[in-house]
Amino acid sequence: MAVDAGVQQGAGRLDVWAIGAIILIGAYLTLWGASHATDSRFAIQMWTALVAFIAGAIALFGVLGRGPTADQSSRYENGVVKAGVVASMFWGIAGFLVGVVIAAQLAFPNLLYFEDWGWTNFGRLRPLHTSAVIFAFGGNVLIATSFYVVQRTCRARLAGGLWPWFVFWGYQLFIVLAGTGYLLGITEGREYAEPPWYTDLGLTLVWVVYLLVFLGTIWKRQEKHIYVANWFYLAFIVTIAMLHIVNNLAVPVSLGGWFSYSLFSGVQDALTQWWYGHNAVGFFLTAGFLGIMYYFIPKQADRPVYSYRLSIIHFWALIFLYIWAGPHHLHYTALPQWAQTLGMTFSIMLWMPSWGGMINGLMTLSGAWDKLRTDPVLRMLVVSVAFYGMSTFEGPVMSIRAVNSLSHYTDWTIGHVHSGALGWVGFVSFGALYCLVPWLWKRKTLFSNALVEWHFWISTIGIVLYITSMWVAGIMQGLMWRAYNEFGFLEYSFVETVEAMHPYYIIRALGGALFLIGALIMAYNLWRTATARDPAHVRATDIPAQAVAAE
Amino acid sequence: MADRERDSVSGTETTGHEWDGLKELDTPLPRWWLYIFYASIVVAVVYWVLMPAWPIGNGYTKGVLGFSDRINVTADVGALRSARAPMYQRLANASASEIAADPELQEFARAAGESVFGDYCRTCHGAGGAGAPGYPVLADDVWIWGGSLADIEHTLRVGVRADHPDTRMSMMPAFGRDRLLTSQQVDDVTEYAISISAASSRLQPDRAAAARGEAIYQEQCAACHGATGAGDRSVGAPSLNDDLWLYGGSREEIRRQVEMGRGGVMPSWERRFDAGTLRALAYYVHEMGGGEPDAPPAPVTTPAATPEPAQNGQPNAPLR
Repeated sequence: MAVDAGVQQGAGRLDVWAIGAIILIGAYLTLWGASHATDSRFAIQMWTALVAFIAGAIALFGVLGRGPTADQSSRYENGVVKAGVVASMFWGIAGFLVGVVIAAQLAFPNLLYFEDWGWTNFGRLRPLHTSAVIFAFGGNVLIATSFYVVQRTCRARLAGGLWPWFVFWGYQLFIVLAGTGYLLGITEGREYAEPPWYTDLGLTLVWVVYLLVFLGTIWKRQEKHIYVANWFYLAFIVTIAMLHIVNNLAVPVSLGGWFSYSLFSGVQDALTQWWYGHNAVGFFLTAGFLGIMYYFIPKQADRPVYSYRLSIIHFWALIFLYIWAGPHHLHYTALPQWAQTLGMTFSIMLWMPSWGGMINGLMTLSGAWDKLRTDPVLRMLVVSVAFYGMSTFEGPVMSIRAVNSLSHYTDWTIGHVHSGALGWVGFVSFGALYCLVPWLWKRKTLFSNALVEWHFWISTIGIVLYITSMWVAGIMQGLMWRAYNEFGFLEYSFVETVEAMHPYYIIRALGGALFLIGALIMAYNLWRTATARDPAHVRATDIPAQAVAAE
Repeated sequence: MADRERDSVSGTETTGHEWDGLKELDTPLPRWWLYIFYASIVVAVVYWVLMPAWPIGNGYTKGVLGFSDRINVTADVGALRSARAPMYQRLANASASEIAADPELQEFARAAGESVFGDYCRTCHGAGGAGAPGYPVLADDVWIWGGSLADIEHTLRVGVRADHPDTRMSMMPAFGRDRLLTSQQVDDVTEYAISISAASSRLQPDRAAAARGEAIYQEQCAACHGATGAGDRSVGAPSLNDDLWLYGGSREEIRRQVEMGRGGVMPSWERRFDAGTLRALAYYVHEMGGGEPDAPPAPVTTPAATPEPAQNGQPNAPLR
């Protein structure tokens, strides 16, 4: 063990120097970019990044100044997980807030249109919302929970010394650059992949380090087998790396500007984008969050996972089938019909593999159903699985070409996405954060279970308002678009369909506002939990990794 | 697999693995899950056999049904076009009086016109032609360029201040902005314009200023708007005697129009729509409430001059 600890310390120095070198190179490149900028928006981005690199360098000097640290290998790395929890909550509220704003803009377009403030335009705020909730909120939840779960289920401290912190802060920089870029009007115009080329390159580096940290931790695990949650996390990290790199292949017009041209064009580009877009849903929002589900539900229910075999089969089926489903976003377009067929049929085959996760989540509760009455956190987790089941059924249905001919381009799609995003991703994340905060800050319980109840019910009502209003609006919109009179002329003009949706847009904004209020209640509850003056409460299961291994 | 134990609730064995206190049951796959999974695979395979599905080399499996979106759409579009063609043909060749005598043709023109108006005109002219500031009301009987079917259709074809060579063109000078008149003169002529309009009782013009403005009016404005302010459709000069104002009827808005001489643009639709569609659209607008008979004042016996169908470009009926 002594040798191990020595190596650990040596590596600890090496990681500091390597990260320092990256910061130095980053600072040099951004300074070069700022001085060679061909437009002011690019210059602002470069200066922003430079400030971040300088802050990073100062922080790194702080670490160096603390001198050689004691051997940490017998303790879990909790700091970066705590930081991830805080970041998740912060970005979550920011993202939900922007969502409510743009929902209100759609409901009251004249009232909330500011000619002189381009950055408040729906076109800029919409990617800010989607990126903030998917990547800033969801991404931080995934990074934080994966770092927590992989340590516990491998009984090993997070690999890489300071590198997990590099992942955390690098990811935050990516978010800030992407988000402020959207407000400035910088976009690649690729849905869910709007950040410009230099931000994409930075994220690639961060993501590869994330993968190495995760793999390194699995590599030095003290358990013979790899727990199912880690398969899902690993599938998420690996696939997102592949999707991100291929979808963002582009040639910058100038190294001093943000604009770039995609490597693909025409229908190939459209297919690449939806291959990426759908698998961002599949591997970011499904596989990653199934990793969360597989740890936190059995943990909170204190029951064994329902079926190991089902977890194997549905994992591999999901991984194999999901990657094919993207073309169903391009039904009845210039995309060749055979590709549409494959997109549709693979989506149908995907139904049961998706539901495998739901069955394993729900059936794990057998023998513990009574806890749903008393434990609002567990209830939140279980309801998230119910929403998961609902939207993974709705998805294959909507992928059928005949259904899609009605649903495509309507708000039904928006409703579908949000039943997955608010119901599944949101609630499973909330459940995990409610579990993590007392565990990490060593509290016996949450500050208030009653507030969790309020959060649960307010947000659930919000989700129901959101998705039902979008179902009605979307189906109505689709039916109005295809209504013909006796001469074969369209019954309604486009703007009439927009007018008809006004009440539903108001209901949707209200639903979103309720969801936001729930998240604010949660943030208060978690804040009070973390800052409570209770005596530290260390869970018996939070076993120091090396200590047990060394027994 | 040494530590397999039996779960007391379900009676199922665990796999013997444990991570951070988490265990797994060795429950077999639920049968219903497995069978539905198989069934969905069967559905997919059957669909592949029936429909275009797998790429091979430069082609793809066509599917035994021989179904093709492209062929179907082309056929559907062709069928719709040919189904409508006779009606469009009749419409394009019909005079106003012929349309008036043919209920079937009227119904068709109304349907086609409403549909096209909804997508192309309504954005500016409003639902039912209700108008908006800067965009004339089409539902009333006040017309800037004429309200007969032929006039409306001509306006549609050539547009207003558009890029068509024969476009309806009128250019009110910006008397204030371009310093053709002093600010005081703009005030005076505004008061005079109010005094000769039906807004006179509403806005109570300053009599002295209006008297000063009259001379300016006769010198600068009367050439187009007429000595009494009756307007002149041949140059697109609106009547100033009523209380209808394209850019708003408050004193400030009327003055602003004298000062700025604003004039909007309507596109020329000749190259966008075929003759039948243009006729239908004109008919629909004509019917909104204020359509005038063709070639007034004489009763129509000879068909009004109908412009020839556009030869330039590729006009077509929007398929909707």
